Formats: sequence, C-alpha cells, structure tokens
Amino acid sequence: MDHTLLVELSRAQFALTALYHWLFVPLTLGLSFIIAIMESIYVKTKNPEWKKLTKFWMALFAINFAIGLATGIILEFEFGTNWSNYSWIVGDLFGAPLAIEGIMAFFLESTFFAVMFFGWEKVSPKMHLFSTWLVAIGSNLSALWILVANGWMQHPVGMEFNLERARFEMKSFADVLFNPNAVSKFLHTIGSGYVMGSLFVVGVSSWFLLKNRHTLFAKRSIIVGASFGFLASIFLLVTGDESAHQIAQSQPTKLAAMEGLYDGKHRAGIVAIGQLNTNKKIGDTQDEFIWSIEIPYALSFLGFHNINAFVPGIDDLVLGNTTLGIEPAQSKLDKGKQALEALRTYKEAQQMNNVPTQEEALALFRTNESYLGYGYLDKPEKIIPPVALTFYSFHIMVGLGSWFLALFFFVLYFSMIGKIGSKKLLLYAGLFSIPLGYIAGEAGWIVAEVGRQPWAIQGMLPVGMASSHIDEVSVMITLGLFAIIFTALLIAEVKIMLKQITIGPEEA
Amino acid sequence: MFGTLSLLTLQQYWWFLVSLIGAFFVFITFVQGGQTLLYAIAKDDKQRNMLVASLGRKWELSFTSLVLFGGALFAAFPLFYAVSFGGAYYVWMAILFCFILQAVSYEYRVKPNNFLGKRTYEAFLYINGSVGIILIGIALGTLFTGGNFMRNSMNFSAWTLPSYGLEGALNPFNVAFGLSLFFLARVQAALYFINNIEDVHIIARAKQQLFKDALLFVGFFILLVVMLLVMNGFTYHMGVVFPESHKFLNNFLATPLLIVTFLSGTLLVLYAIFSTLFKGSRCGIWFSGFGVILVVTSLLCLLGFNATPIYPSLSDLASSLTIENSSSSHYTLSVMSYVSLGVPFVLGYIYFVWRAMDKTKMTSAEIEADSHHY
Repeated sequence: MDHTLLVELSRAQFALTALYHWLFVPLTLGLSFIIAIMESIYVKTKNPEWKKLTKFWMALFAINFAIGLATGIILEFEFGTNWSNYSWIVGDLFGAPLAIEGIMAFFLESTFFAVMFFGWEKVSPKMHLFSTWLVAIGSNLSALWILVANGWMQHPVGMEFNLERARFEMKSFADVLFNPNAVSKFLHTIGSGYVMGSLFVVGVSSWFLLKNRHTLFAKRSIIVGASFGFLASIFLLVTGDESAHQIAQSQPTKLAAMEGLYDGKHRAGIVAIGQLNTNKKIGDTQDEFIWSIEIPYALSFLGFHNINAFVPGIDDLVLGNTTLGIEPAQSKLDKGKQALEALRTYKEAQQMNNVPTQEEALALFRTNESYLGYGYLDKPEKIIPPVALTFYSFHIMVGLGSWFLALFFFVLYFSMIGKIGSKKLLLYAGLFSIPLGYIAGEAGWIVAEVGRQPWAIQGMLPVGMASSHIDEVSVMITLGLFAIIFTALLIAEVKIMLKQITIGPEEA
Repeated sequence: MFGTLSLLTLQQYWWFLVSLIGAFFVFITFVQGGQTLLYAIAKDDKQRNMLVASLGRKWELSFTSLVLFGGALFAAFPLFYAVSFGGAYYVWMAILFCFILQAVSYEYRVKPNNFLGKRTYEAFLYINGSVGIILIGIALGTLFTGGNFMRNSMNFSAWTLPSYGLEGALNPFNVAFGLSLFFLARVQAALYFINNIEDVHIIARAKQQLFKDALLFVGFFILLVVMLLVMNGFTYHMGVVFPESHKFLNNFLATPLLIVTFLSGTLLVLYAIFSTLFKGSRCGIWFSGFGVILVVTSLLCLLGFNATPIYPSLSDLASSLTIENSSSSHYTLSVMSYVSLGVPFVLGYIYFVWRAMDKTKMTSAEIEADSHHY
C-alpha cells in the first residue's frame, strides 16, 4: 500500500504543532530567567520599582506560558497518535526522557508557577524569589529532557535491536543522556530561547522609549534584556559551532544540504550568501549556485576543526567516493535490505522453532544491523533531505543570529552611556527584531528536522515506516482542526499581549 | 537495587505506578468538575471570578498529571501507547482538543482584548470539564472492555474499525465509567470550593450542588461496580489470551488487599460527602481525595495483575496487550524505577506549596486586590 500521503499529512500535522509550540517556548525559556534576575534585584534592593518591573514581564510570561503548555501536550501525544510504529520501535529509549521530563520538570514548573503568580502576599519574598527561579529552572530542565530525546533521534546511541520484539532497546542510559549531539542541541536551543526572551524585552522596551512612555522602566528593562541577550548571543555562537561540528560527524547529509554542497572538497568554504541553482541534479556538472559569496576554509573548520579536512558533498554521499572510502548509498540500501530480510527470516524461523535458521539469520542481521533503516528506502537519492529548504533556513538562522549579536552590543553600549533614548533608529531596529527572533528560531528547527529527512531516526528508521496505520482523511480532519484552533488561539494571544503592553507596567 | 528484580516484578511495579499516577489525575479532576459548575454555583461575575481564581491555582496540576500519565505509559508500556493512541485516534484527539481549550482559558478569560470573549473561554472550560472527562472515562473503560485492534509479528498495529475508538462510547460499561468520573469530578469540585473559599453564598450553593451530584455519582458508580463484578473478562497463560467469566470479581477475591483499598477508598469518599452535607465539615476534599486515589488505584490494579490483559483486543484475542508483552525492557524499567524514587519528593513539594498557598481561605477582597487574577 502506498501511504505517502498519510506520512506527508502526519508530518504536516507534527510540523504544524511543533512550529506553533516553538512560537511560545523560547519566550518561556528566556523570559523566565530575565524575570528571575529582575526579581533578584528587587529582593536585594527592596526598590518597589523593580517589583513593578518584574510583575509586568511576569504577566506577559503567563499569557505566553499557557499556550506553550497547550501545544506541548499535543506534541507528546502525537508520537502515539500519528507515529505509533515509531512509538513501539523506539519507545524503550524515547519514552524514558519524556516520562522523566514529566516527573522532574513539569511538576516543578506547574507547582511553583502558582506561587510565582499568586503567592506575592502568601509566602516570604525569599520564598517567592526561590519559586520564580524554580520555574525558570523547571522550564529549562524540561527542554533538557525533550532535547535528549530529539538528540537521540538525530544521533542514535546506547541501544541494540532486539529481534524477538522487533524494536530497539536501551543498553546505556548514560550514552543516551550524554550523547554529544543531545548536549550541543540542548545548549544551542536554550541559548536561542535566551536570545528570544532578550529580544522581546529589548523590543518592547524600545517601543516604550520610542513612545516616550515609562522611560525609566524601559531603560531598566532594556539594560537587563540587552546584557542577557549579548551574553546569550555569544553562547549561541559557541554552541552553534559545536552543533555544526556534531552534525558533520553524525549527519553528513544534513551538513551537505545546509551548505548546498554537491561536490565534496578539502578546504571547503562556507557560502555566506548565495542563490541555489534549482536545476542542479545529483552527479551532473552544473554549478551549485547561480551566485554566491564564500568564506574560504570555513566549512572544513566548522565541521572538523581543521581547515584541510574533506567535507563530503551530496554527490559523494549518494554515489560514493572510492578514493576517500565513502560508501555509495546503493551499497547501504543493499545491506539494509539484507538486514530486513534476515529479520523476516528470523521471525519465521522463530515461529517454526527452527533454531539453526534463527541463528544464521541473527548472524546475518548483526552484520548489517547498522544499515537497517536504509533497507526501507527504494532509491539512493532518497537519503538526501530537501536541499533548498534546509540551505535557506540555515542561512536565515545564521544571518539573523549575527544581527542579534550586533543589536545587543549597540543597545547595551548606548544604554551604558545613557544615550539609548535618543537612538531612534536603533530602537526601531530593536522593535522590529522581535519577529526576526521568531523567524530565526523556526528556521533553526526547520534545519534540524527537515535536514534530518528522510529519517525519523537517523539511519535507522525512515519517516515512512514510523507512522500510524490510520486513514488519510482522519489526519486531514485533525490537521485542519489543529490549524484552526492554534491560529485562533495565536490571534488571541497576540491581541492580549499587545493590549497588556499598551496598558504598560503601572496597571499590569 | 531495581536491577536485581525480575522483569515481571518491574512490570508490575510500573503498572502500579501508572495506576497511581492515573488515580492522582482523577483526584485533580476536581479542577475540571469545578469548570462545569461556574454557572451553577456562582450567581454573578464576582463570584465566578472567585471560583475561577480558586481553580486557577491548581489547573496546571491536572494538566501535568495527564502529561505524566501519558509519559509513564510511553516509557513503561510503549506498545500500549502505540496501539491505543495510534488506534483509538479520534478518542484521544478529541481529548487533546478539550485540553488545548483548557490551557488558555484561565489566562485569557478576563484579559482585555481577548478576541473570543469571556463567555467563549468559559464554554471552553465547560467542554474540557465535561466532554474531556467523560471521554477520558470512556478511554479508561476500554482497558477493561477492550479495543478493536490487531498487531502483526513485528508489533505494528492497526485499528479494525473506521470509527477509530469512538465505538467505545457505545459500550454501557465505558459510558458508566465516563459519567462516574464526570460526577465524581463535580462532587470533588464542590468539596474543594467549600474548603478553599470564604464566602457563605458560594459555600451554601456548593452544598446544594454537592447533594445533586453526589446522588448521580453514587448511582453511576454503583452501576459501574455491578457491571464490573458481573462482566466477563480475559486472562492469559504462557502468552495465550482466553476469556474468563467474572474475571474482575475473581481478581478481587484473589487479592484481598484490593478489596480493602477499594472499600476503604469508597467509604472515605462517602464520608467526605456525608460530613460536608450533614456535619458542616470543610475538610471533605482531603478525605475524598485520598479515597479517590485508593479507589482508582485499586480499580486499575485489577488489570495488570493476576494474569489480566491491560488492553484486550476484540478483533483478535491473540493481539491483546498484557504488561508482559507491551512493556519496555528490563534495563529501561530499572532505570525508570530509580527515577520514580523522585515521586515522593514531587508529592512533598506539591503538598508544601498547596499548604502555603491555601493556609488562608480565598476571599473576594483578595481577588480584587490581585492584579493578576484569572
């Protein structure tokens, strides 16, 4: 049965939920710490202006937090509803971080959230501050566990395939938790949340300054936002470098797509900006770009921390490169099919109680086990993700990330010398950078997830094998309903948020 | 410590934990019950705001418990997660839609410029508290009555009916389960309001409401228990599943501890209702809460133990799920068992925060003074 449409609809539904979820999460991650810093200043100085400031940003945090929760619960359950084969095949590894997230992070957030919002008069100032910090820590712990799970999908480690049960099983929890891909992904993702939170504070404060309203409040906020944002941007740069390094090791197809690199090379440069040639095909001699500006050696350095390193391109990864020992994709597909065949033989022999055949099949399976996922693909070029979407998303993310660093630097500088109020252009730039922050964050996730295609789990399970066996119409219905509900709630959220900002800190 | 336990012991331990988390969730559904009583108990906006504010300090706990219930099922019994969620698609999706509506409604209801209007968010809260809870009850009921699914030798599963789980709503036991939960949630909500709010009018009307809902709850609960005790179930031996008459009655008789917890839990809930209605007690929620946790844990533990499938298949008995064929590996269950040691700590700080926040009862003056009230 061809179930391409079902898989595409399921992907669309998951992508829709994830993209909406990511509209709210980064602000939660970043703003929670900024609020905690502001409240710490209040508790230290006992200046009620800082309390007012804290409460204003807290009110905006709450509006955003609620809808983040709503979209988050959907993501968790969609693994089961739309990706049931996936849930079974890797549930032994994937379910654990999700459950730990629930026990360690969600309860921390939801319990102390109530104190943070309603406990001003009910607990001591120190206890209240402690609760605010716990909410921030809880939010970030929650990101840790879900990104451990996501990192494992990008770079599966610490497991073994169990033929009896036809699934992967965990062999080392430490390997899953300290998976280098998960660590860099976690740090880079929370870094982007801190930047987003800072952009929000800087942008909203810029608006107050432009309107000449609540100027003292805005100047105080902007200095906290820009300081935190500047540090977070540097952190983002460092963790981005580490993420790219990890991708080069474990997901070479993603790296090649991110850079539109077809013909692999030593001393490869990074295309800083360029236009992809959409007629370019795998193995032909056309140029990859219509025009481009390249930073020499940078890709070799980024990927392998060595300017002379060879970076494989799409052609090398699909067609193979005998000189450099890169295996052609077709050979991987063949080995994968052998692994699948061995698995089938094993299961049949198990039913017939034919032990010698079972052992033979097991040995053949183990030989080809690491190619298992390739057995489900029908053509070698299927191993390559959509190049244009991955390339442009990556470049948008990096370009905007660099812009934010510069923005925070100048905002911080002019705030420190007391001239921020007169820098209209910079304040407008701050205001209009809020939507850019969302674009950068979503683009980052597109690179991570579209760049991972065709895999649900890199090299092990393609998305086509991961979905539930339901009919397309059912997914169409739920996808449509999600789109309507999420959009309506997003409109409500934005309208409420804008109104609260307009009301300002006095009445907040 | 956990690593030395047998796989079966770990599976049973995790079924017990899942049951306990499910029971905790049912206790916290007083939030949902309260959402359906906003107009029955409050006579004006001011009182309604008090009810919402009172529930609003607990609503995240109900949401989080549901997420943890799902997460624990995923981690410990991934095949159940795959089969049920991927098969009874419409039921779970409908439940999810009901919970999306809840999450935003508290925060957005009285905010200026909220796009959909206050009454819409109140309707969302009502839908979550009624449809959401009844559907969860129906979904839980199918653990006893079964689902229409098949799985192959690779453990890939598919639902056999195009209604994708909605057919569960035609089974009287499942419906009784759903309605029992719904009225229980309303009973507990009334007990919670009486405990949490300092307002004579609200308390008086909550008592009137408690009386009506308690009668309906007791009626449906008796129906549920009678059906449970007389219904035929399934059992398994050496991996083969087959029918057994009066399976759940047999399970009760085989495990006297379950009879004790079930009966004492039921008595605590009845005592909570009685003491609130006739003795002026305002602590009913604590008795009923503890009672609900005992009753629901023991009900869910009727599955998972005594060779009982946790999800029988009505389409193909051999496809039925048991704790043994649907669980995670020994290694994962052991790792997760260490993590589970954090649960008492979590319960500890929830209790601590609850006490700190509710040490004085909520008054209308407090709501008016709070700039961030719901």
